[in-house]
Formats: sequence, C-alpha cells, structure tokens
Amino acid sequence: MDHLILRVLTKMFFAPILLFALYVQFHGDFGPGGGFQAGVIFAVAFILHALGFGLEATRRVMPPRALLFGMVIGLLFYTGTGAAMMALGGNLLDYEQIAPHSTHHAGQHWGIFLVEFGVGLCVASTMLMIFYHFAGREPEIDSEDW
Amino acid sequence: MSAALATQTPNAIAAGLVIDLALLTLLFIVAVNIARQRHLFAAVMLSGIYSLLSAAFFVSLDAVDVAFTEAAVGAGISTVLMLGGMLLTARREKPVSPRRAPVAFIVVTLVGAALVYASVDMPPFGSADAPANRYIGEEYVQRTPKEIAVPNVVTAVLASYRGFDTMGETTVIFTAGLAVILLLGIGSARGGRAVRDKEEEE
Repeated sequence: MDHLILRVLTKMFFAPILLFALYVQFHGDFGPGGGFQAGVIFAVAFILHALGFGLEATRRVMPPRALLFGMVIGLLFYTGTGAAMMALGGNLLDYEQIAPHSTHHAGQHWGIFLVEFGVGLCVASTMLMIFYHFAGREPEIDSEDW
Repeated sequence: MSAALATQTPNAIAAGLVIDLALLTLLFIVAVNIARQRHLFAAVMLSGIYSLLSAAFFVSLDAVDVAFTEAAVGAGISTVLMLGGMLLTARREKPVSPRRAPVAFIVVTLVGAALVYASVDMPPFGSADAPANRYIGEEYVQRTPKEIAVPNVVTAVLASYRGFDTMGETTVIFTAGLAVILLLGIGSARGGRAVRDKEEEE
C-alpha cells in the first residue's frame, strides 16, 4: 500500500484538526483567532485528507454540492444577522438590538458569535471549493512526476 | 507595549533580540533561495517555509492574530493551492535573459535604499507615541471593555466596530470562490454533470 505512514498520520490528525478549528472559531472573542482562521483550519483538515487518500475519497466525505450551499449560507448568515438588527429597530449590524437591556453587552457577544459563524462557514466552504477545482483538473499524478 | 518592555529583565530582552535576529536571518536566506530557485516545486515549498518563519516573527512582534492568519493561510492553504496551480502549468521557470540583470539590480537597489531611508523616520517599536498606537487605535482599546465587553480587542474591532468591512471581506472571499467555480468549471473535469455540445451528439 502506498503512502502508509502518511495515511495513518492523516487519520490520526483529522479529528484533532477539526476540533482545533472549532476551538479557534468559538474562542475567537477571548483569544487570538476567529471565523476566518477557523474556516481555513477546517478546510485544511479535508485538504490533508485529499492529499493522503486522493480527491475522490474526500469528495465522498464532503461533496462539492454541500460546499456550494455552505458558501451561500455562510454569507447569508452574516448579512442576515446584520439585516435582522435592522428588523429589530437598529442599524445594520447593530448587535445591541439582540439584548437591549443587558448590563454586560450580551447582544454584542451574540452578534459577534453569529457573524463569526457565518464567516467560518463561508471561508471553510470557499477554500475547500477552490482546492477541489484546482486539484480536480489534473488526474492522479505519480510521485516521480514532481 | 512600552510598559511591557520596561518590566522585562535585560536577559529577556537579549533573548528576544537573538530570536528576532535568527528569524530575520532565516527569512533572508529563504528569500534569496526562492529568488535563485528555477524548480517551481522547490520554490513553492520554500515560500511555505517563508510564511511559517514570518508567522513566528509576527508572534515575536506580539501580533498573534496576524501570525495565526499567516500560518493558516500563507503556510497552509496557499502552498497547497500553488502546488495545485503548478500541476496545471510547467514545473520549471523559464530562464531569464541575463541582459536584464543590471536593470533589475538598479531597481532593487533603489527601492531598498528608499525603504531604509523611510525606516529612519519610523517611531521606535512599541512606542506609545507611534501613530499606530494613538488616535483611533487608542480609542478602540479604551472603549472596547465598556462598549463591547469582549476580551480580544482585535475581534471586537473586526466583528463589531468594523463589522461592515468584515461583511465586505466575506463577500470578497465568496466572490473569489465563485470566480474559481466559473473559470475552472463546476461540471467539468471530474465529477458533476458533463455538458455535451450538440455537434458531438450528431
């Protein structure tokens, strides 16, 4: 079997990378990180999978069609959060409207949380989608072909 | 920042200086090697190393968020995308005609001299009087605990104060993905529905 060590390591690292991405996503307002970095790390896990097991296997795990939805839903999540604040009677992206009477700015926390989720989803799907399209043009290549 | 520097022992400052110098020397060596490299695979790998080294340098400059992005995007995604792009083109760079070398050398020397000349006027690193640490930056640092109550000021600026900018940035990423789909084709190459021309059916 080709690339045995690479494949075993990929299997070992796949879940921790996803977990780390989620940590970066939801811990962004306390430490470094946020939706953008988390989205990239999330996509990297699948790219690693594709490098180890081939693009076809990764496409079965994460079909391109789902990514297309992820891209759109992520962007709509962001703009939707912004527009919902207008519907609640504030300005665009004015998160205070979520909890106007909060004494510790709970609305800001929720707003940042929702918006960062949209960024993370959009970035992760877009990065993986771009990778699929670049890598999918060329069929499998030999190790000597580099 | 200047307060943090003042509380450090001389040993810690010396250690920081050694790390900075080592990182910058490595960055220089890698950059020279990228420029001299004709084999594109090696150049892409070296540029990934360059990104990782600059991420380490950003950490030493206390810009952890920037370092994080550089490590994830520069060293991770763009290296892979460059490799993918390289597969679609040639593996080696075309030889450059040596007649252009003097012109390039003069341009590089002039730009380098201009940058060194500009750096003389720069405020000392971490200075409280530097324009980057005053005006709007100072305002954000002071107002974030009262108005946003989020520990990471970078996130507060990015997602709340500059939320509209970030919305635009997300749209830019979305548009970039869309452009790649349109250019490289969603139903072509492998997978997806193949579009058959009419002439082919006849």
